[in-house]
Amino acid sequence: MTRLGRRYRFSAAHRLHSRQLSAEENRTLYGKCNNPFGHGHNYVLEVILRGEPDAKTGLLASLEPLDLFVHETVLAKMDHRYLNEEVEPFDTVPPTTENLAIEIRSRLEQNGGGFFNNGVYLDGVRIWETRRNMVEY
Amino acid sequence: MKITRRAEFSASHYCSSPALSAEQNAAVYGNGANPHGHGHNYVLEVTLDGTPDPVTGMVMDLKVLKEILNDEVVHPMDHRFLNREVPPFDHIVPTPENIAREIWRRLSGKLNMPNARLHSVRIYETEDLWVEYAE
Repeated sequence: MTRLGRRYRFSAAHRLHSRQLSAEENRTLYGKCNNPFGHGHNYVLEVILRGEPDAKTGLLASLEPLDLFVHETVLAKMDHRYLNEEVEPFDTVPPTTENLAIEIRSRLEQNGGGFFNNGVYLDGVRIWETRRNMVEY
Repeated sequence: MKITRRAEFSASHYCSSPALSAEQNAAVYGNGANPHGHGHNYVLEVTLDGTPDPVTGMVMDLKVLKEILNDEVVHPMDHRFLNREVPPFDHIVPTPENIAREIWRRLSGKLNMPNARLHSVRIYETEDLWVEYAE
């Protein structure tokens, strides 16, 4: 089995805040990440594919169409945006790295019809919020 | 338990399949098809899966692992033009997918001990692109 990981970068602002909690509970739970004005991160996204390379080309995926697909599906929608205000579902769901990983994986799966159909599968995504914390889904 | 050892080598390559026309190769591989070649600082991660020896506390002696990686991969490939100098890349396109599989082929027989065996081979062509092979 072959897996291929491709790394991308985007920068976005967010604020951790749950609508199911009170203002006080939010402050206690999320600390400075609950600052009402928001704050930002340089996110690193790794998209991981799984499958068998094409016998003729030796490629699991051509990088140019993969990059274009990830750019259109994720990066163009999230880069230099305030996630809570501009990117659904983060108007209602707190944009933790966990929820961001779930949302990005779902967007890639829903829009990947032309991509994930010739024995090439989406194995998962990894997102670094900072270089010290990473979520894999 | 898994242990991973990293090695690095720098090599040039280009990607062009004899099964495709010049136009098709340019379309598939882009500027990677330039027959003069281009280079990468490859980073190799070799992962073993095993149990530590009860006496030494080691899954494998890393000095020995390093020597195997040097003999099988680093010395044959470092500062080489893969397509011209390192079989099978004279007739197999040296994509990172094929390089990962070739490195697995070179290592799997040498890393098959009673307490540990080769788990996966991961090759980084750049910081932003890796390919992993496992059987």
